This record gives sequence, C-alpha cells and structure tokens, in this order.
Amino acid sequence: MALLRVEGLSKRFGPTLALDGLDLEVRPGEFLALLGGSGSGKSTLLRLVAGFEAPDSGRILLQGRDLAGLPPPARPLGMMFQNYALFPHLSVFDNVAYGLRREARPRAEIARRVAEALAMVGLEALAARRPHQLSGGQRQRVALVRALVKRPPLLLLDEPLGALDAGLRERTGFELRALQRATGAGFILVTHDQAEALALADRVAVLDRGRVAQCGPPAELYERPASRFVARFLGAANVLEGRVAADGAVEAAGGRLALDHGLAPGGALALALRPERIRLLAGPPPAVNAVAGTLRELAYRGDGWIALVALADGTELRVALPAAAAPPPPGSAVTLGWDAAALVPLAG
Amino acid sequence: MMRRLALLLPPYAWLLLLVAAPVAILLVVALAEAGPGVPPFLPPLAWDGGPVWAGSLDSLRALVADPYYAEALLRSVGVAGVTAALCLLLAYPMALGIAAARPAWRLPLLLLVLLPFWTGFLPRVGAWIGILRDGGWVNGVLAAFGMAPLRLLFTDAAMFLGMVHAYLPFAVLPLAAALLRRDLGLEEAAADLGAGRWVVFRSITLPLSLPAAAAGFLLVFIPAAGEFVIPELLGPPEAQLIGRVLWGEFFQNRDWPLAAALAVALLALLLLPIRLFQRLDRRP
Repeated sequence: MALLRVEGLSKRFGPTLALDGLDLEVRPGEFLALLGGSGSGKSTLLRLVAGFEAPDSGRILLQGRDLAGLPPPARPLGMMFQNYALFPHLSVFDNVAYGLRREARPRAEIARRVAEALAMVGLEALAARRPHQLSGGQRQRVALVRALVKRPPLLLLDEPLGALDAGLRERTGFELRALQRATGAGFILVTHDQAEALALADRVAVLDRGRVAQCGPPAELYERPASRFVARFLGAANVLEGRVAADGAVEAAGGRLALDHGLAPGGALALALRPERIRLLAGPPPAVNAVAGTLRELAYRGDGWIALVALADGTELRVALPAAAAPPPPGSAVTLGWDAAALVPLAG
Repeated sequence: MMRRLALLLPPYAWLLLLVAAPVAILLVVALAEAGPGVPPFLPPLAWDGGPVWAGSLDSLRALVADPYYAEALLRSVGVAGVTAALCLLLAYPMALGIAAARPAWRLPLLLLVLLPFWTGFLPRVGAWIGILRDGGWVNGVLAAFGMAPLRLLFTDAAMFLGMVHAYLPFAVLPLAAALLRRDLGLEEAAADLGAGRWVVFRSITLPLSLPAAAAGFLLVFIPAAGEFVIPELLGPPEAQLIGRVLWGEFFQNRDWPLAAALAVALLALLLLPIRLFQRLDRRP
C-alpha cells in the first residue's frame, strides 16, 4: 500500500490554479523529491498535505486514511519549514521536545528521546542554546530533528537546504539521506534545485503548472525525459524539432539524424539531446548524427566547458566539453556529433 | 563629525529643553521653601557674596511623615495598575481580531479603535455621567422594568469604566502592531507538531507578544497614574488620587514645593516599571 496517495488534487488561489488535478504516490520509506520552478505548485502541495490549506477537489490518503477535514495537529506527519520556524523564545531542547510534550509523554521519555534526536545530528552540547545563538547549519538540523522526533511515517521538507551556503549543502544533503534511511520515514522534499533532487531522491516528480510532468527514478528522468519541459528543466538539455524524411531519417537542426522513432515520413517529432552527449569531431561531418556550426561562447566550469554552438539554420546547441581537451576559440567552425542512443524522442 | 553633531543636536536639544530642564526645575522647586510672592516659593540657593543654601527638605519630609500622601500615591498606582490590566485584557482579543482580519479591514478597524479620540475628552466623560447618574439612562431602564435604582456614578466601577474607555487605544495599538508582524509560520509549525489552537496561543503567540503587552501596559499605566479628571468626575469622592492631591496642593494651597515633591515622587515611582520593561524587552 502506498504511504501517501494524492488523487486529482486541485487548488485555486484567486485567478491562479496552483494545483490542477495532481496525482502522486509515495511508497513507505521512500525519498521523493518534488521538483519545480516557482509557481509550479510544489509548496502548495506540501501545505495541502500538511493541512494548512484545504483542497478545492481531490483526495489525500495517508496510509489509506483520507485526511480531509483533519486539522494539522491531527495529521500523523512532520513538516520542516523553509525558514525552519524555530520557536525563538524556547531553547533547542524545548524546541525539539515541543511535539513530544503535546503527546503528554512522561518527562523521562521526553528527555531521553530529545537527547537521542540531538545526538543524531551532533547537537547534544547545544541543547540549552536559543535558536538565535546557532549557526544556519545548526538551526537547519534542529528544525530537522524537531520534525522527526515524533517518528512520523511521513516527513515533508520545504526547501530544507535552500538557506545553506554551497559548501554546507552537499554535506547536509548526505546527512539528510542517512537520516532518512535510519528513520525509515517517507520523505517528500520540495526543491527548485535539480541537482539536489537528482542527488537525494529515490524518485523525482517534476511539477509543471500544478501537474506532475514526469515522475521516476533520477536516472530515468535525466536520461529519458518525457517532455520538452522536463528535458529543459533537468540538466538544460537541447531540444531539436525535426521532421521524418522520405527515407526514415529525421531532419533537424540542419542535419540528418538516424534513430528508431516508429513514425511515418512527414511526421514531426521533438528530440532531447544532452549537452554532455555531444562530442567535437575532427574533419568533415559524417552523413548522419552530426552537424556543422560556429562556436559562439565558451564558459569554463572547473570540471569542463560549456560551449554555445550556432548551427546553419539558427539553432543554438549547448555543448559540454571535457576539461582535458582545450576547446577551440570562439568564432571557430566546429563539427558536432553524437550517438543515435543520445537522442530521446519527447512525447510532449 | 559636524554632520553627526548636526544630526544629534535636535533630539538632544529637545530632550534637554522639554525633559531634563522641567525635571531640574521640579527638583529645585521641591527643595525650596514655600513663601509669599510670584512664584510662591523662595529660591533654595540665595546669593550672599557666594552661594548660600536657603532651601528646605520640609516638603520631602512632609511626604514621608503624612500618610495621606503615601496613601494617595499607592492608591494611584493601584488604580493605574488595575486600569492597565483591564485595558490589556480587552485589548488582546481586539488586537488578535484586527490581526486576523482581512488586510482591507485592518486599517478601518484600527481607526475604529481610535474613534473615542475623535470626540473631546470632557464630552466623553460627560456622556458617562449622563448614562450612570442616579436619574441617568441605566437607572431609567431599570425603573421602566420596575427595579430599584442603582448607585453607579461616583463608584470605583464608574471610575474604571471611564479610565478603560479613555486609555484602551494605548493598549490596543502596540499589541495590534506586534500581532500583525508576527511570524505565522511559527504557529503552523506548532500546529504541525500536534498543538491545538489554544495550546498554540498559550505556548507561542502569547509569550512572543509579551514585550508588546508590556509596552501597552506601560502606555496605559504611566498616564493613568497621574490622571485626576476621570477619578474626580466619575470616581468615589472619599479616596484621593495623587493627581487630585497634586492639583490641590498646587492651585488651592499654593504650596508649590510640596506639589513639586509629589511630582518627583510619582516620577520616581514610575521609573520602576519602565526599568522592568527595559529588562523584559532586552530579552531576545
């Protein structure tokens, strides 16, 4: 049985439709990332699941139970807020103990469980501090264990790494993963950062205008995007618009592409082509899966280069080049090639 | 440097002219001896080839010796405290209501809180007299139902009614400002952790609004401690408040040094809660 099941969820705020008949499923113990830009509905979905907003239509089932009409305190789930929402007038200990005290647990049990929770994130020495006496990373961890200490089967995390600086993000991400495995809770992480979603989640749901555009394991989403939106959003893939020629090859971007597409001649199709699957070729271009163009811009990224190459028909391709080979200077004529397997037909 | 000075000068000049100087004059008058003339006291420092002490501590001594003054002071502080507490009790739900109202409604509601200030102070007190006096509206209604008339005017109840009516806005405004600015995310977090509405209010909203509540309390307490018109017009005649005593010493007995000593004593007494408030406010 699914841990969380969202069916046909819709929510309108004035003229904007934040959620548009959204369906989603989270399995027990799964780490799911909700990935989307601003206005995609990802935070609205979290607030509806937590109970801070009521849906206009649709159902939310947690462990098979319909949550409709249940106020937030009655919902067996935890939420970690984007700005952490730590209680400024309470110590770290009292912040973490807050949820357990609402369950009227014995004092000794509360003290033990809070101590265990703080030890999990290495904050046992700071139990007496107030939130304003902590660093950003420490606050983040207090917010995390405060939401986890009641051992909810489902934890909602709203941009949990958003306020941390780059160096801390990766390490905290690993900690988050380890904590998720240790607790066995289902995690729903909302983020606008595709690298974060791909790195942390078991499955990623890409949200676009209040609907799930695609949901699947990170590698599947990355390698086989289903739509133009997912292809562009994840890893900024190139999208080539093509047409099937009489001989079955696809004509796109001023070149001929050979791939299995199953379309009759004259059919139109869109293809995703990842920047890192494109290579620089020496000599004249081969007959298929290669194009000639002019290198316009070059940006060094440490682990490689990103080049913008303008093709004869005006298309611009993003190309990722390895750091080892020095790329030709901007303005040079270049030939680009790729394997047939690198081309991913897009449905929408 | 000059810019800094130019920037700081006006506020310091203001404080010096309108706060420090009057207090200094008050202290000097309190140390003087009453006597005939205009103004009706002898300067505490005379000049006889050099400064000569000509003042007296009689006024301050009288303050301590005669329990009449201490009682008036204590009673004033008590009345001001009860008034401030009643105002807070009423102001809290009002401020919460304003903060919870739709944004378009907030300003009109705040203006409604200030509505009593739109009419003069004396007409408002006069209206209460009309409502509460023996042949007033309340007793008129009671008589119409065949009930015995109540003595309402010149009671503690009437005095507190008038005081709360006059000072309530001072308690509502700081509370409403603080509750409007509060982080609703904290309350959502508390609800998510299993706290019902009342527990959220008691454990999060209320403690975080305490500095604003203290500010509201002081804004009522301080002017109410020196208030004498409302107690005089609505309150019981037998119990004297410090404002009334001060007025009497100043205008009727023309004992300026004693009146000044009373004012200094009231000022010293009011510094205490202000210090307490500063300590509360410094807490994060």
